[in-house]
Amino acid sequence: MSVASDTMNILYERAEQEWQKIENNEVPVVYIGSATCGRAAGALEVEDVLKRILSANGKGVIFLEVGCMGPCVFEPIVMVQEPKGIPICYAPVKPEEAEQFAKKVLLEGGVWKEKLLGAFSTESYKDIPPITAHPMMSKQVRNILRNCGLIDPENFYHYLARGGYRAFLKALGMGSEAVLEEVKKSGLRGRGGAGFPTWRKWQFCREAPGDVKYLICNADEGDPGAFMNRSVLEGDPHSVLEGMLIAGYAIGARYGYVYCRAEYPLAIKRLEVAIKQMYDNGLLGENILSSGFSFDISIKKGAGAFVCGEETALIGSIEGYRGMPRPRPPFPAISGLWGKPTVIQNVETLANLPLIIGNGADWYLQFGSEKSRGTKTFSLAGKVKRTGLIEVPLGITLREVIFDIGGGVLNDKQAKAVQTGGPSGGCIPLSMFDLPVDYESLTSAGSIMGSGGMVLMDEDTCMVDVAKFFLTFTQAESCGKCTPCRVGTMAMLAILEKICEGRGEMEDLRSLETLAYTVKNGSLCGLGQTAPNPVLTTLKYFREEYEEHIKNKECRAFVCGQLISYHIDPERCVGCTMCAKNCPVNAISGERKHPHQIDQEKCIKCGQCLKVCPPVYSAVYRKSGSRVRYEPIKEKGKK
Amino acid sequence: MNPMEEFLFSDRLREVFNKYPPHRSSLIPILQEVQDFLGYISEQAVNQIADYLGVSPSEIYGVASFYTQFKFNPPGKHIIQVCQGTACHVRGSKMLVDVIKEELGIEPGQTTPDGEFTLERVACIGCCALAPAVVIDGKVYAQVTPAKIRELITTKKEVSSEV
Repeated sequence: MSVASDTMNILYERAEQEWQKIENNEVPVVYIGSATCGRAAGALEVEDVLKRILSANGKGVIFLEVGCMGPCVFEPIVMVQEPKGIPICYAPVKPEEAEQFAKKVLLEGGVWKEKLLGAFSTESYKDIPPITAHPMMSKQVRNILRNCGLIDPENFYHYLARGGYRAFLKALGMGSEAVLEEVKKSGLRGRGGAGFPTWRKWQFCREAPGDVKYLICNADEGDPGAFMNRSVLEGDPHSVLEGMLIAGYAIGARYGYVYCRAEYPLAIKRLEVAIKQMYDNGLLGENILSSGFSFDISIKKGAGAFVCGEETALIGSIEGYRGMPRPRPPFPAISGLWGKPTVIQNVETLANLPLIIGNGADWYLQFGSEKSRGTKTFSLAGKVKRTGLIEVPLGITLREVIFDIGGGVLNDKQAKAVQTGGPSGGCIPLSMFDLPVDYESLTSAGSIMGSGGMVLMDEDTCMVDVAKFFLTFTQAESCGKCTPCRVGTMAMLAILEKICEGRGEMEDLRSLETLAYTVKNGSLCGLGQTAPNPVLTTLKYFREEYEEHIKNKECRAFVCGQLISYHIDPERCVGCTMCAKNCPVNAISGERKHPHQIDQEKCIKCGQCLKVCPPVYSAVYRKSGSRVRYEPIKEKGKK
Repeated sequence: MNPMEEFLFSDRLREVFNKYPPHRSSLIPILQEVQDFLGYISEQAVNQIADYLGVSPSEIYGVASFYTQFKFNPPGKHIIQVCQGTACHVRGSKMLVDVIKEELGIEPGQTTPDGEFTLERVACIGCCALAPAVVIDGKVYAQVTPAKIRELITTKKEVSSEV
């Protein structure tokens, strides 16, 4: 043990020196939020402009490309920390504003009030309110995301300086059995969705006979609408890898794999860098820190199959076969990769381990609720005002997440439902928004916690279309091995398509339900067993929308193309030609300054004309069945 | 392929084989690397991988065709991928697909006859907070509107015609 701490102490000393450059900085530090979402919003272009201007002016600045800070809606996000100061968060700093930003904030040392998000601290700093007072942040507890946005994810020393690998050292001192006991005490449950107690999985594997055991980190985050794991891997990869060391040690694994989606190239790159740093510093390989524990980690890139998130399919994929699930038992903990005992854990489950071991289970128990302990990250997306990556204690209500953190519905529309758990989950209606976010409550509502996707739907979202969307997804991703899933999802999709196209009959609803239960009960793996959830929950909570599609041939959200038509009110239209210019299929005709018309034969119902028609005229309206919807006329200058 | 191309191809393939032992579990990484440099999985590649791993070409094809990542036709010069995630769906990704179809005259999964563009639908790329997202030649574009996608396509067309 002393050898271990000696080796690490040298590293910690060096890390501290490195970190002091940031914490007690002599020159300003500029943090650029450059995870995938930041990059998509132009973060790297902003960085280029800032660098160019600063070097032209001979000003020395440290640039840090950090991971996701969370409030993705405000991207690109830039933080500036004056010498020996506290980081001040600005957003959005768009590429075209970067030059002004460089001059105003970095060269002149001023504060750009309009762009201020807050000071990165818990108290006010120079009259700037702390970011924790921002409504998006005040209810969050950032444990797993503690380093995201603050450290350079490719700098090993940054992670060390923030307490990294101390939990692993502690684990080595405790012994593997005590580590398992601590995790058991913490009540940690799998964050991949199903919520199986982590310790129990470990115990099965520990007790299973076998010379070689494996640990797999499941980073095949396939749920559409979810990006929590991507954010953690991009922003703080070592926290997940340290979790792998702890889990690997606890179960007695010799080899670890990270199975990561190929759709996440940046996350894969960050993992590669981090794993190399671990090898270079003796944290992986033979006899780690002379503890007698040997562990290797390598990356396996997924190849685009949603079903590979299922553990037995994932194992098949690593072995080089089609990613098809096999019946359980035997569970992978007994017979997994190449027939050896294998534990598979989600990214976030692993990221929790350094916290639990480092701070102790008692500390961990203060977060969350009775049966769902700890915090959980969610990706908040869809029709919510403030989208982003959030972390909250379990047990918080959906209302708090959507309205307090998310700021409510985009464009002040009416909220309709929130979708949790991706294609395996369901839609929970507005009337149930006081439901606490924990494993049991979400399951009792017909949905699941899932890995953490939360997509808000508003009055403009058609629930039948949403059900169809998910079924289209699961049907395409069904591996085809078992009949209920292969044929059942196809048959369900056919019915949903029929309803959306206005050819549905009331009897279809009964068939849909029967099929749903058949697929749910008869499928081999989690994909099929949960695929009907989006259909069942929408049938349960939004049955009237199905009935309207069938009986009245109308779609109240004006989404289902076959049931709606776009028109231009000649009384309102002034012939500004905006709609005609933007119509992708040239279906709109009319002379300038004269009312326009839409050719219903040509129209593809894309809704562009409605979007571009100036709100002072709002001349485009929609019809569906007996419903007619006009957009309100807004006077110029008024919002 | 002319003899020179064939020679270069076999050379590259050997480089890949040198990195992975002839085990079954090397199959997917090898396919991924081949696609990285070739752009797709050719029949010739399937046959040579089969020889190297000692499994039948049909077995290799069976695995490759299971995963959506692998393509069996040469892709266009520019690859446009429209995200099909939930957040992108509720924020109008279908409309983007319609606009691109109209603009390029191809369906998802197809390549324009001049070999310039390939249109693909992809699974969620995790950029949900800034939906709808489109990836063009590996670069992610956020909050894409029909006007913006038209502009992006036009720029790519111009770049191609300049070269």
